[in-house]
Amino acid sequence: MSPIVTFAAKEFRDGIRNKWIAGATVLLGGLAFALTFLGSAPTGLLDVKPLAVTVVSLSSLTIFLIPLIALLLGYDAIVGEAERGCLLLMLTYPVSRLEIIVGKFLGHATILAFAAIVGYGAAGAAAAWTGGGDAESWRAFAGLIVTTVLLGLAFLALAYLISVLVAERSTAAGIAVGVWLLFVIVYDLALMGALVASKGRIGADVFPSLLLLNPADVYRLFNLTAFENVRKLSGMAGLSASVQFSPAVLLAVLVTWAAVPLALAASVFARREV
Amino acid sequence: MSIVSLENVGKAYGSQRVLDGINLVVPQGKCLALIGHNGAGKTTLLKLILGLIRPTTGRIEVLGADPAIADKAFRQKLGFLPENVAFHDQLTGGDTLAFYARLRGLETTCCPALLERVGLSSAATRRVRTYSKGMRQRLGLAQALLGTPKLLLLDEPTTGLDPVLRQEFFEIIRQLTAIGTTVVISSHILTELEARTNLVAILREGRLAAFGDLDTLRREAGLPLTVRARGDAKAIARHLNGAFTRTILSDERAIDIDCSLTQKMALLRALAGLGDICADLEIHPPSLDDLYLHYSGRSLSSIAEGGGRA
Repeated sequence: MSPIVTFAAKEFRDGIRNKWIAGATVLLGGLAFALTFLGSAPTGLLDVKPLAVTVVSLSSLTIFLIPLIALLLGYDAIVGEAERGCLLLMLTYPVSRLEIIVGKFLGHATILAFAAIVGYGAAGAAAAWTGGGDAESWRAFAGLIVTTVLLGLAFLALAYLISVLVAERSTAAGIAVGVWLLFVIVYDLALMGALVASKGRIGADVFPSLLLLNPADVYRLFNLTAFENVRKLSGMAGLSASVQFSPAVLLAVLVTWAAVPLALAASVFARREV
Repeated sequence: MSIVSLENVGKAYGSQRVLDGINLVVPQGKCLALIGHNGAGKTTLLKLILGLIRPTTGRIEVLGADPAIADKAFRQKLGFLPENVAFHDQLTGGDTLAFYARLRGLETTCCPALLERVGLSSAATRRVRTYSKGMRQRLGLAQALLGTPKLLLLDEPTTGLDPVLRQEFFEIIRQLTAIGTTVVISSHILTELEARTNLVAILREGRLAAFGDLDTLRREAGLPLTVRARGDAKAIARHLNGAFTRTILSDERAIDIDCSLTQKMALLRALAGLGDICADLEIHPPSLDDLYLHYSGRSLSSIAEGGGRA
């Protein structure tokens, strides 16, 4: 068995053992259930499919939750092993540093994907059973699950980057919280502030591109604009004409947000002294 | 064939020189004890041999390769037990060993026998969190023995082990060297057990204060032995006529006499000729602690002159 599989399998089993998987799945599933069934009540008379409502509200919540879960899951992946003293021993084994970091990342990624797919999927299945949603809404819901996983991977990769850069676990934890605040809250506030302060002089040509520099915004753009019936609901219908990014581009940007920090983390880790 | 060979090896972190001018060779099937104070550079030296860090100066060859750029086949032949070995607390002992076996590319079927060998069979299904220090150390030894390594590096392996465990530990090492495994053990004190090793290297502030087999080092050190004579201490002192350094014990029933190895027989004959004044004799050769203190405490300039190398 390849060392990558060995590391990934170990992380996944650790996730089962320390209840991370159960906790994250129940949390995401519970929220999805609540939003699916509570969200459908007040919209009964409008020309909006309840499932589309769910996509809007669920994506807004995911933006806060998934980055936090991913950062907490991954921040001590390397620095934690180094601090415990396990890393020193592992490096004397016939495994490369790339195999260690990729293997562990895949294990953590599987935990995140499992939680998102099972948690949201179960709520989706319940919605289907009660007969809500048309084909378009289902595509939007599937898109939500896929991008949720990608958003998780992007922040997991950022967590790994933090983990290889610092010398202490507690530092990594602090930076992880900072990164969460920055991307999930501060970035949007700063953009809006800049927009208001410049009285809109930051043109329509620059502004959307600035959103691509934040994986959370890319996620929001995809889920609120990619599908027609969701657009109507999310108040983005008017905006859709001016949004120049196709869903495929947004997906590609999210994948890049996962790949680049992970590649950086791997190259830093390769040079890290033990 | 030499398994480990270091040529003028030095390692500096920034301006701090941790190791300087280390020369040593360990032939196959030998056991080297690396002795030194905390912070003398033992762990750094082990890391260099493992290829975890690169030397600032000099050349290292381990198992015929440069460890810092060696491939997986090289690492396959190494076993390592770090100081204060740490495992994932949530895993059982058996699962931990199985994980490391898989990392080595081995079948996990070899694990039960290895656990048996280090005496952990009955605890294999317990979580590592519940293990005592000695059990963790044994688990650490088990993982180091995975795949029968050609070179085994043990960093402070016997710290925190009770005397029985230490005996078992060195028995396993004796068996390994018997089948041709080369072993390097680091330790901060030189005990009787560690003296069973073939070679001793004493590190002091990053330099090699002494290197060789124990008998050679004893001879080179020229430490005095102590003879304790019981009887009428004052009378014995009078008869010796100031020829030796003496200490009369407080109850005046015994006297400690220091003498060099060459004077030993002369002293014994003199004492034997004293008749009833001297009732009993005890001979204490210089202890390993004395030897260690001698080498680790002596000035560095005397090493350059005396050349404490074998």
